[in-house]
Amino acid sequence: MNALTGVLRYLGNYAISSVWRLGYGARLFLLTLLYSGESFKRFQLVLKELYSIGVLSLVIIMVSGLFVGFVLGLQGYNTLEKYGSEQALGILVALSLVRELGPVVTALLFAGRAGTAITAEIGLMKATEQLSAMEMMAVEPVARVVAPRFWAGVISMPLLAALFSTMGVFGGYIVGVVLIGVDEGSFWSQMQSSVDFHEDILNGVIKSFVFAVAVTAIALLEGYDSKPTAEGVSRATTRTVVTSSLMVLFLDFILTSLMFTS
Amino acid sequence: MSSDNLVEIKDLHFTYDRRPILTGINLSIPRGKVVAIMGGSGSGKTTLLRLIGGQLKPNSGTVKVDGEVVNEMSHKELYALRRRMGMLFQFGALYTDLSVYDNVAFPLREHTNLTESMIHDLVLLKLNAVGLRGAHKLMPADLSGGMARRVALARAIALDPMLIMYDEPFTGLDPISLGVTGNLIRRLNDALGATSIMVTHDVQESLQIVDYIYFVSNGQIVAQGTPDEIRNTELPFVHQFIYGEIDGPVPFHYPADPIARDLQVEARG
Amino acid sequence: MIERTKMDLWVGVFVAAGFAGLLFLSMKVGNMSGFSVTNGYTLHAYFDNVGGLKVRAPVKSAGVVVGRVSEIKFDNERYEADVVMKIDGRFKFPKDTSASILTSGLLGEQYIGLDAGGDDQMLKNGDKFQITQSAVVLEKLISQFMYNKASESDSNKK
Repeated sequence: MNALTGVLRYLGNYAISSVWRLGYGARLFLLTLLYSGESFKRFQLVLKELYSIGVLSLVIIMVSGLFVGFVLGLQGYNTLEKYGSEQALGILVALSLVRELGPVVTALLFAGRAGTAITAEIGLMKATEQLSAMEMMAVEPVARVVAPRFWAGVISMPLLAALFSTMGVFGGYIVGVVLIGVDEGSFWSQMQSSVDFHEDILNGVIKSFVFAVAVTAIALLEGYDSKPTAEGVSRATTRTVVTSSLMVLFLDFILTSLMFTS
Repeated sequence: MSSDNLVEIKDLHFTYDRRPILTGINLSIPRGKVVAIMGGSGSGKTTLLRLIGGQLKPNSGTVKVDGEVVNEMSHKELYALRRRMGMLFQFGALYTDLSVYDNVAFPLREHTNLTESMIHDLVLLKLNAVGLRGAHKLMPADLSGGMARRVALARAIALDPMLIMYDEPFTGLDPISLGVTGNLIRRLNDALGATSIMVTHDVQESLQIVDYIYFVSNGQIVAQGTPDEIRNTELPFVHQFIYGEIDGPVPFHYPADPIARDLQVEARG
Repeated sequence: MIERTKMDLWVGVFVAAGFAGLLFLSMKVGNMSGFSVTNGYTLHAYFDNVGGLKVRAPVKSAGVVVGRVSEIKFDNERYEADVVMKIDGRFKFPKDTSASILTSGLLGEQYIGLDAGGDDQMLKNGDKFQITQSAVVLEKLISQFMYNKASESDSNKK
């Protein structure tokens, strides 16, 4: 009997705190949008975050894209070769990158590289009372700290995903055409004839835009809501990676089923 | 501007997580004075500062600053009020991604339309006032604890506030920095014609610089007076606090069962 | 802490590179630069069997893309597939042009091939092809081949 009430109490507690967090997150998100005008007026703030969120993620994204392209080239060739249709390698590499791997892997890497940095930075600013100090100086932290980072993330991710896919296509080209010797002409022409601008590329960009909003918002919320202690910040950082990765994969499923089933 | 008191607190109650922190505080801070709020660790002193700054809302009672009730202000009014307040946080709370110069320039850039050359002059003047003009190119990570706090002080007075609040300004300072900081608080207050509230548990340093002292314990004001009155007080709590006696009204032990029972050595039967 | 001008430069490089990537994907990987029908006319063709023909499959004449399949539906009166295709307005075809469903390579994608006839009158918007040839279904082809082989060997025995 005691164990049962214990479980129920735990469940109730969990439900209440989840709903509370959801509301808190929604409120922060709305405030962020509300104060976005201010950060666009002072674009230097966004620019600074674009540097630390976008530029500093460039290397990991581009190198990963290249290697994913290599692997796609190899695996795709090995499979397609069995059916004698290795000319379709270009299609396989390009479609898997543009539709899925580009947006998804970029979002996952972004969560690990930039999302954790955002959470840890804001968490530490909170722990060292920098956010409090800002409030006391009559500067709204959401406007000065949160909103610029949000927009930097939202701008960065689709660009990073495009670079990832581009590097991936080059990777597939290097392995497939240069190393293995698939015909260069059919590699490109088959790719072009079956990759559609609206259907594939635009949808890929929309995907990475949605992922960008999700990952950046989660990273910001976790940082802003973290307990102002060393342990609290470390937990928040971990939660950023876990929650945003799950969210990206879940959203990917939803978006894919909306976009690619007619 | 009718009242001579810049800050007036009446019957203030504040509860955090169902735990009562403040239970009926009444105090007033006269204009132009430096007032210390003292009390043991965890007695709710810092909470009191946050209530004055409007970062927390009381459960009941009123906080009046310059004749206006802080806890009934809208977000906008509150932010307008805060422009006339400066606050020094316990460890400075400098922005670690900005240099010393940019930290002090921060409130000026946020709230004024001054040209960069005017900001430059103002920043160097403020830094000069705390003796750190030569350090304006350093990053916060390069500063010692005492220096960081002085930079934060320069930042807090950048907009020439009418009210300066200090949260534990003496914690973790060596004796020299301690003297320097105490001296600065007094001099800046008089030079700016401001009013200062200082939350601290450093008795000796405070007694030398403040005009008036409030003692907070268990969420209430238990004693008050000028430094001389406090030194000669007969109140056992204040006496214990000032002279640092180990046992007294504030017991050495956290409330517990008798030790014999905890250690199970009580005679049976 | 990085200098501000240097930071601006890097952000500029990043944004430019990102857009270059998007452009590359649209132009080189995708087919935005390629064929798209903007002001064209529609033609109908009825087939017994469309096989694996899909919407957006190319319509080619002499190997050059001249249009795309815009719709494939089943006509319940003729019991045939009605393939609607959009042809680029620059290209005109005679009335007796034939449409056939062809396959690029043995297992490649299927497309519609147009063989121009010699009629004076041209096909107009909404017209349908008189002569069509359905998709070659591989299974049928194979069974036909096997049947022929079998009958060949039968006749050889005699």
